Amino acid sequence: MPAMLRTLAQKLGLMAHTFPGGIHLDMHKLSAAAPIEDAGISPVLILPMKQHIGVPCTSMVKIGDKVLRGQKIAKSEGYLSVPVHASTSGRIVKIEEHAIAHPSGMGMPSIFIEADGDDNRDESLEPITDWRNVDPTILRERARMCGLAGLGGAVFPTFIKLVQDRRFPIETVILNGIECEPYLTTDHRLMVEQASEILDGMAIIMHMVGSSAGIIAIEDNKTDAAESMQEALTNKDGMDGVHIEVLPTRYPQGSEKQLIYTLTGREVPAGKLPMHIGVLCQNVGTTKALRDAVILGQTLTERIVTISGDALPRPANLNVRIGTPIRSLFARQGLEDFSNIQVVHGGPMMGERLRHPDIPVVKSTSGILALSQQAINAAHTVENPCIRCGHCSEACPASLVPNLLADLCRSDQLEKAEDYQLFDCIECGACSYVCPSNIPLVHYFRYGKGQISLARREQVFAEASRQRSEGRDTRIERENAEKAARRSRVRKTHAPKPAAEPTTEAAASTDTGSTTHPDTKPTPEEKS
Amino acid sequence: MTEFALILLSAVLVNNYVLTKFLGICPFLGTSSKVETAIGMSFAVMFVMTLASTASWLVQQYVLIPLDLQYLQTIFFILIIASLVQLIEMMIHKTSPVLYQALGIFLPLITTNCAVLGVAILNVQQKQTFLTSALYGGGAAIGFALVLILFAGIRERIDVSPVPAAFKGSPLALITAGMMSLAFMGFSGLVKV
Amino acid sequence: MESMNGLIYALASLGAFALCAGIVLAIAQKIFHIEGDPMIDNVDALLPQTQCGQCGYPGCKPYATAVAGGEAEVNHCVPGGERTMLQIADLMGVEPKELEQEASAPMLAFVREDECIGCTLCIKACPVDAIIGAPKQYHTIIADHCTGCTLCVEPCPVDCIDMLVKPELIEHWAWPLPDTKRSQLGHERREQHAGHA
Repeated sequence: MPAMLRTLAQKLGLMAHTFPGGIHLDMHKLSAAAPIEDAGISPVLILPMKQHIGVPCTSMVKIGDKVLRGQKIAKSEGYLSVPVHASTSGRIVKIEEHAIAHPSGMGMPSIFIEADGDDNRDESLEPITDWRNVDPTILRERARMCGLAGLGGAVFPTFIKLVQDRRFPIETVILNGIECEPYLTTDHRLMVEQASEILDGMAIIMHMVGSSAGIIAIEDNKTDAAESMQEALTNKDGMDGVHIEVLPTRYPQGSEKQLIYTLTGREVPAGKLPMHIGVLCQNVGTTKALRDAVILGQTLTERIVTISGDALPRPANLNVRIGTPIRSLFARQGLEDFSNIQVVHGGPMMGERLRHPDIPVVKSTSGILALSQQAINAAHTVENPCIRCGHCSEACPASLVPNLLADLCRSDQLEKAEDYQLFDCIECGACSYVCPSNIPLVHYFRYGKGQISLARREQVFAEASRQRSEGRDTRIERENAEKAARRSRVRKTHAPKPAAEPTTEAAASTDTGSTTHPDTKPTPEEKS
Repeated sequence: MTEFALILLSAVLVNNYVLTKFLGICPFLGTSSKVETAIGMSFAVMFVMTLASTASWLVQQYVLIPLDLQYLQTIFFILIIASLVQLIEMMIHKTSPVLYQALGIFLPLITTNCAVLGVAILNVQQKQTFLTSALYGGGAAIGFALVLILFAGIRERIDVSPVPAAFKGSPLALITAGMMSLAFMGFSGLVKV
Repeated sequence: MESMNGLIYALASLGAFALCAGIVLAIAQKIFHIEGDPMIDNVDALLPQTQCGQCGYPGCKPYATAVAGGEAEVNHCVPGGERTMLQIADLMGVEPKELEQEASAPMLAFVREDECIGCTLCIKACPVDAIIGAPKQYHTIIADHCTGCTLCVEPCPVDCIDMLVKPELIEHWAWPLPDTKRSQLGHERREQHAGHA
């Protein structure tokens, strides 16, 4: 249905709100029925210094140090940051750069822990069982200390969202159990198996932001999860304002802004956050981790990872220690030979292709996939001309015009691309997926966004340099003027007693805080 | 009232100066590579054209006819237009130096924009009243602005599109202008003569 | 005689009319008078502000003044590279020109502190005050402020300043263009646009 007609129908209440665009994918949820298994502890764990969006951490440990499970080993620098914790007890064996899941192929300084097998926990954080009577700011600090970041894949530091702002009171808390990426089943299994714990976490969030209404959003391909959550919800006290919404499956429904529009009919304005329209959206995995952090006093040291793909003999959902090398996980599920196999970190739509499987599981690892070459569209290397079919515009959940944006990015017309709201693109990949000409649209957008932020950074630097340069020029001018004035004064008085004059002059020039000059430099004797 | 509406409609669409009378082609092609520049040019031309058509009507009625100097019509009108262009040039230079730089030579060249002189002279020839000549001038200017901005928008899109090498740049711009002209011919059916 | 009269009559009226127009314009000129060239700041804003002097002018502002005044070509800014050149050409409404010198990778100056004799000569040379130190003390360069202009290398009497390639940070990494045939075409088109054809 044309977008305008649909919007009109929604406005008139003839149709339920639903985000524009979107596509239907083959979901390949191979591991949907596989219960969560514990993956055990790898002999060596590799913990990159930055596992969230924001500022990297700095190491607090040195080689040879003994650490406990859950102990903080890297501290956050700056506001948009959360610390990193040791995910088992053991010894720090080295701190060096190691490959991470990043498109650049660049590494990241990482801490290597040799597990001692005892898995002793750091018990220094007190469990907070009566959290209902605890001030939300204390709980917020707990969320930050425990290293919580959005486990859906974006790894945005969680504590930042969990705030009571009088200007933007949170009316609705949305629990995101959509999991719209194909293959991934971590949130699905978590909802089936640990519904009660998730609801505890949700209750904590609602207490923290002072909201009484909540929605649990689940897609209709996970009816067992919806049933399990419903059952837990009926048995839980004090959650009357919460209800479950089962939504028709469509990609990318799990994206925050799209989900909020579908559930509330309100759009998050460009450049704003959900809190600005009174909504807080939290992933189920993160919510469960928050519950563990508050009620059990546990830092974030493990997460659930879907290991799947058509090239993997035994797809599974594993409870994995953060820092576990993914090669060992593949080996556990029966995959040793990586020839003709593409390894993907995250989901197939938004995930990262890995050049090799020697990277550790990090907080953002919602899944790791081993796809055979046939599964990956080989034709993607051949980009054909745009035929202006408009499929990309129809599929775009942010109502953008992908083909035009790609043209603008390709020809470096970045200001114009920004005018056409390039930064509203959520890089969901729906446009690239539907494109009959195999244009790697999202890749162009990433290029464009990267160039724009590069230009912005350069501009900020240039402006700072300009100010410094101008400051230097005025200072030199002033110094020269002072010097000239002094000379003329000395000449006028004809300096009968020259010893006294320069001393006071030198003192005056040091008072102005200017850089020292050989001719006026006060020696220690003169000063005293 | 209907008459005024018809004059406006006719000047903007049916007798569009650029696409049906082919006057003012030079700035139409010269300043249409960017929408911002085109908008700036449009406002400059609107200012000059509207004022020039009213001022030249006044000069015709109260200077040239009483003094019996109708044969000096063209030179007087060009004098008016040139002065107005100088005026708008100063204004743009003061308010928007970037636009001034972007318009470059095309700003003083409004003086020789045949559409401006054309409107002034046609007004006199068709024996319009003061009000209708102002309306006619304004309408012609709006028509000019309309096609210039539309054309600039299309050219911006073409600029980033993959185009065969032989058509790149001016050739495709001329073809596009021709197609727009064909499209505007459709408006001639709007008013029955 | 009759025709002569007509001619004088016509010329006089035209002259009178032109005089009126001239007076109006003279008044307007007073009203819309502008100080200096406003384009200088616009050009200056596009320059990278390294103050390196590679353009042949003593800094970015002087070069901007020269470009705005039409005295200098748009392609002299080496650190700005192609993008800056295209932006200036676009702003000035002139044809882009090929760069004379390829921009090198971003550099940083580094003082080998154990060799530094504390002469302060580099401090005086630095156009952006990015070097700190005092007489007879080690000097060091604030990496975040260094524009990589190399102006401090020459004055150093003991040659203890190195120019190092600026390390690439993973946070500052940007996606390259897709590696497909069509995207290559797009790149070629840009090059042609820049006069590289």
